[in-house]
Amino acid sequence: MTDRTGSMVARITLLRTMLVCVPALLVTAPALARTPALSEAAGTYDISSASQIRFSVDQIGGGGIRGSFGKFSGAVRIDGRRIGASTVSFTLYPQSVSAAEERIENFLRSSAVFDAATYPTVTFRSTAVRQTGADAAVVDGMLTARGITRREQFAVRLRQLSGGTIAFNVTGNVYRSRYRMDVGTPIYLNVVKFDMDIRAVRR
Amino acid sequence: MQGRRQAGYATPQGTTQDTPYGPLSICLHWLIAALIFALIGIGFAMRRTEIDPALQFSLYQWHKSLGLTVLALAALREIHWLFARHPQPVADLGPLERQASRTTHVVLALLCLFVPLSGWAVASTSTLAIPTLLFDRVLVPALPLARSAAGEAFWSLVHAGSAYLLLALAALHAAAALHHHFIRRNGVLLRMLGRPAAGNAGRPDGTRGPARRGTRR
Repeated sequence: MTDRTGSMVARITLLRTMLVCVPALLVTAPALARTPALSEAAGTYDISSASQIRFSVDQIGGGGIRGSFGKFSGAVRIDGRRIGASTVSFTLYPQSVSAAEERIENFLRSSAVFDAATYPTVTFRSTAVRQTGADAAVVDGMLTARGITRREQFAVRLRQLSGGTIAFNVTGNVYRSRYRMDVGTPIYLNVVKFDMDIRAVRR
Repeated sequence: MQGRRQAGYATPQGTTQDTPYGPLSICLHWLIAALIFALIGIGFAMRRTEIDPALQFSLYQWHKSLGLTVLALAALREIHWLFARHPQPVADLGPLERQASRTTHVVLALLCLFVPLSGWAVASTSTLAIPTLLFDRVLVPALPLARSAAGEAFWSLVHAGSAYLLLALAALHAAAALHHHFIRRNGVLLRMLGRPAAGNAGRPDGTRGPARRGTRR
């Protein structure tokens, strides 16, 4: 419900901004003019603990591992004039993983997967942000896990913008073999699907 | 040899020679024995608490694949055992020994089916719901059992208990075979190696009486 209201608020905000931006449309590039909702959100935000970092790994024959991370931090800086110049940084602590049962959590923390004792953090630093719609963008960045850094891409959609709080839904697929976490393949698929609801509060 | 209907299975009437088992029986026997040996080794290793978790996962999957292979081979062997003819028991077995031998063989044969089945039940009741992908190739469905921590604990206990019993009986079986070979010098071990035992240590240890369906495998 709040999500839908939020997205409606975002759309109304978008419309309003578009109207305000009409004169600007005449002089600026159309690509920039189509960025009202995100440009409205210009500012620096801290990712709040109310965010949800969910992931899933499908297994052969149906079902799979579903889990989330409880501890993380990060910042989002939205450049109102040039969305492409916006940045995201994110750190999560694999020790905080939770799953259906403790045996799975321990396995994920172990040297077989995250090796949380040796590599306590997984980090993401954006390298490029490309707007793909009024309220959508694609973020490229460097993901570091187990000491290995690879380029990854996530799709971001603005869900809500109210007061000093911004909410995004972020999705992306990561091939775990690239981080030497391919234990259990082919029983468990190589791809890890991330589905994150990020809430961030303006600084 | 000597007008045998099916090589190695039937001893013609009146023959006093110990005949070996047939090639299928011999292959299945030693293949199952080797697999059980490997399964027990893997089983012990994978239950160690300080084992590398990735290796442990891998060992579990090997254990499941090899265990199901034993189940299939044991089923084939039991079916073959029901329909094929067998060498006669060696002549120098007393009634008690013959009974002990028969019981050991029947229980061993049943355990070769039951232990893998109980292992399959562990995988089928485990709340981890890890699929069984035979040698990373063929998805084997779970047995129709409810997944629960209690079910998993129960079947784990049954699987371990029956596996220890199988291990004990296999040791007894091997010790008896060695005893027959080295102490009593009869053809019990040799005929499972595909060799007729006639003339072994110069003893008249052939079969006795007319060939019937044997009681020993």
